[in-house]
Amino acid sequence: MKNWKSVLTGILVFALLPAVAQDKYFTRTGKISFVSKGVIETISAKHNSVTCVLDTKSGQIQFAVLMRGFEFRKALMQEHFNENYVESDKYPKATFKGDITNNNAIDYSKEGTYNANVKGKLTLHGETRDVESAGTIVVKNGRLTASADFNILLSDYRIRIPAVVKDNISNTVNITVDCPMEPLKN
Amino acid sequence: MKKSLSLWLFIINLSLAGDKLLAQEPDLLKLAGEDKPARTHVTNAFKSTRVINGQSMEFLGKGVLDVRFLHRFGTINSGANNFFGLDQATTRIGLDYGLGKSLMIGIGRSGVGKELDGFIKYRPVWQSNDARGVPFSVVLVAGMTLGTAPWAFPDRKNYFHSRIGYYHEVIIGHKFTETFSLQLSPILVHRNLVPGANDKNNTFALGIGSRLKITKRTAFVVDYHPILAGRQYGTKDPLSLGFDIETGGHVFQLHVSNSTGMNEKAFITNTTDDFWKGDIRFGFNISRVFTLVKPKEKKVVAP
Repeated sequence: MKNWKSVLTGILVFALLPAVAQDKYFTRTGKISFVSKGVIETISAKHNSVTCVLDTKSGQIQFAVLMRGFEFRKALMQEHFNENYVESDKYPKATFKGDITNNNAIDYSKEGTYNANVKGKLTLHGETRDVESAGTIVVKNGRLTASADFNILLSDYRIRIPAVVKDNISNTVNITVDCPMEPLKN
Repeated sequence: MKKSLSLWLFIINLSLAGDKLLAQEPDLLKLAGEDKPARTHVTNAFKSTRVINGQSMEFLGKGVLDVRFLHRFGTINSGANNFFGLDQATTRIGLDYGLGKSLMIGIGRSGVGKELDGFIKYRPVWQSNDARGVPFSVVLVAGMTLGTAPWAFPDRKNYFHSRIGYYHEVIIGHKFTETFSLQLSPILVHRNLVPGANDKNNTFALGIGSRLKITKRTAFVVDYHPILAGRQYGTKDPLSLGFDIETGGHVFQLHVSNSTGMNEKAFITNTTDDFWKGDIRFGFNISRVFTLVKPKEKKVVAP
């Protein structure tokens, strides 16, 4: 009798395997924007083609952005951002790989707004740092929207502000993430 | 028999669980498809739209106004009494404006010859960093100069068109690496009136411009225009060596040169000093950009 239990478990595991893929959501048109408020100048930029994948089962969430895709209000700012600050040719992509730590508290099958605590590693300008943020997940019409808001320090990512413009540019950058996602079909 | 079957299933279970453990950090992003960098054009081959005197393969952004102050001093070897040339100064004040990503216009006025100049600059081919893209940029420049100084010979019959000169230039440039850029720019200068009976109206020169970045915000630049044909009698090839310093919206170009001319007609047909004999002068260009028209917000249609 005991043996049959394990046979059953084995069959169950096999049966469940294909179902795993249905738990993932993704987007390739997510939005990320950042604002850096200096004493003299406010620098902000927007990105409209962020890739984000969320595995609702494990709570894993990952983002990728191409640095060149950030759009600024001033052409020269965009040039300097790519050339002098984040060095987009050398480090074309920024990624975040992390987990929703309270994933069990989110019921992806029920519409609503859930708080999601995200913890993971942000890689930017060739540097990887731990990042933590309190965001939300909105479940509606079979879609998910992940949003979050957090601060990073440029100095953590080896992005140097030259002494001449130290007062103009803030070392703290506020990042806002807004990614509406659809089910990922394999 | 039953026992061995259950053992076998147990092992499979374990290995599956192990699989799950190993897959703790799967690359979920791969599932969404690889992010290929979009084909992008090469920017910042030069810090400014000018190498030093001559036009560079670089453009202003759309809606950007560039206010340019150019200064050229006297020759350094004119001695301490002339403060090594700093006593004399000539200027050109100019405004450039970016009409599009690859189209800009500019006007300016130089003190030398009380000369007005204007140009239009267009980039039909833009270097791309994609393997399938074009590996170099081609830029066309057409300009006109108008001298407004009193006639040198007021007694003879003078025509208005005698005040006018033209220049046409093709720039072929390539940004080799982040630090090194090189461009060649054949240029034709036409003057409606030349000073001497034996002087040619057309002068051909080959511009050679290069940049070598020293740090992220400073660069060493060379601007050389050997004259190939139609040399104005007694003139030399203009050569300038300088440093570009970039600070936010400003670009400072500090240089030494044998030319005083600050438009194409002037420095190609009017450079009388010999760089190699030490007739060099200090000069600088200051460029300050202002974003007049900000790009419109792109509307994103919800998926």
